[in-house]
Amino acid sequence: MAGLRIENLSFSYGRRKILENVSLEAPKGKILCLLGPNGVGKSTLLKCLAGIIRPNSGRMILDGRDLKEVGIKDLSKLVGYVPQNIGPVFSTTVFEVILTSRLPYFNWSPGRADIEKTEGIIKRLGMEKLAFRYTNEISGGEWQKVVLAMALVKEPSLLLLDEPTSNLDLKHQVDVMGIIRELVKNKNLIAIITTHDINLASKYADVVALMKNGSVYAVGEPRCILNEKIIQEVYDVKVEVIRCASLFVSPV
Amino acid sequence: MNNRGGNLDAIIWEIRLPRAFVAVFAGAGLALAGSATQVSVRNPLASPFTLGISSAAGFGAALAIVLGAGGFIHTYLGGILVLSHFPLIISSFSFSLLATLITIFLAKLKGAAPETIILTGIAMSFLFSAATSFMQYFGTTEQVASIVFWLFGSLSKASWDGFWTIFLVFVAASIPLYRWSYRYNALLIDDEVAKSLGVNPETLRLTSMILSSLVTATIVSFLGVIGFVCLVSPHITRMIIGSDNKYLFPASALVGANILVLSDVVSRTLLPPIILPVGIITSFLGVPLLLYLILKKKRHWY
Repeated sequence: MAGLRIENLSFSYGRRKILENVSLEAPKGKILCLLGPNGVGKSTLLKCLAGIIRPNSGRMILDGRDLKEVGIKDLSKLVGYVPQNIGPVFSTTVFEVILTSRLPYFNWSPGRADIEKTEGIIKRLGMEKLAFRYTNEISGGEWQKVVLAMALVKEPSLLLLDEPTSNLDLKHQVDVMGIIRELVKNKNLIAIITTHDINLASKYADVVALMKNGSVYAVGEPRCILNEKIIQEVYDVKVEVIRCASLFVSPV
Repeated sequence: MNNRGGNLDAIIWEIRLPRAFVAVFAGAGLALAGSATQVSVRNPLASPFTLGISSAAGFGAALAIVLGAGGFIHTYLGGILVLSHFPLIISSFSFSLLATLITIFLAKLKGAAPETIILTGIAMSFLFSAATSFMQYFGTTEQVASIVFWLFGSLSKASWDGFWTIFLVFVAASIPLYRWSYRYNALLIDDEVAKSLGVNPETLRLTSMILSSLVTATIVSFLGVIGFVCLVSPHITRMIIGSDNKYLFPASALVGANILVLSDVVSRTLLPPIILPVGIITSFLGVPLLLYLILKKKRHWY
């Protein structure tokens, strides 16, 4: 199957079980949004897929290859991962930071192709004006775009974004999600995005997976599964779902 | 060597030139080790010295002096003259590496987090300082004077042997460090980001600790403790050219070399005929430069 298939994935920190038998399929060219309360294991699942941590059992199959068997360097070419809340820490230009992300493709220093790809992604995200600004002088929203560019410049086939819009205002949220959606469709990527914003997920996700107690509780199209009953079971909050052009979920 | 130019030849070839060459590569090596350490533990206050290397080297030297390794003769003025520096060099080198290995071993047990490395290093630093004080307390007056003089750090011990050793270790360490400069850039952003770019943060951190300790230990065991250069050269460089490690590593080595050579010239000309220990001058020269840059630059540099 073309796409990502997660089978019975389990992970625990010592005795504390975080993920228990997670099974999930993420098709190509679609955005999958992971929803669920804090501490449910959304970020842990992304970390397993990105090779940051090793699951205790289960398989993660991307285009027929088990990601557990892929070496760290090859994996870094396949997967573009953006962790939560990383801040700009040192003064260098936006261009150099994005170029650094081509690391899996070069040895001593970046070549012509790496520089061209970096230019390409900067144009694509409309960041030409930012390119030679210092990373500690740009705003939080701009930085989040830089981090996204770092994941995209590797030309991964699997994009893992941990709350990519958490620090963004409404305009930047729409901006960033729009760019992600367009890239996923055009380049036929697989994208898994965690978020706490159910409304954002309902607008941009092709598939939504709700997690509860370390496993997947419900998967499906947002319209089908984002209903009052499931949301209450997962989040323990009474809500009212208003169906207009897209869904609107409001606590009551 | 003919009679006419004999003295001049000796002064230039055996005293001035090795001293200048040692100053260049010791300065460069200390600055490079400082940059690599600061970057790999992501802390602007870290340097091989804050990780315990200088105090361990000091202890090694003190131990060699007190035990009389290498042999001494008492001079008519009441001082002592060390006959062979070799045991002292070996002793301070071994103890510096011992401190590093303990730090790395303990850090490795806890997953090589930057905080663990720094705290363990500081603990090592205090342990060996205390041990040096212990030596001084029980040493004779001449031995204590000798220890204190060694701790100042001085280029007067420079020799061609010292130069070649420092040069080779510097070159051997700088090649991998430069090659990995983009990996350090990734490490500076975040451990997880580094890992997602195919870099193992733990291995990179520990390897660069070993390399920078090796460089520092070599320099310190030949010259004594020359502080400041390895902590401050990277900062001065960062303020001038930014913190991209591809440029930071070579540029900061250049800054370090300049600081040490200039300090050496000043140390020989400030109060002639007294030659001041260069370790004192590096701070006197470097601090005003650093303060000037702190006040002048508005941008955050780290």
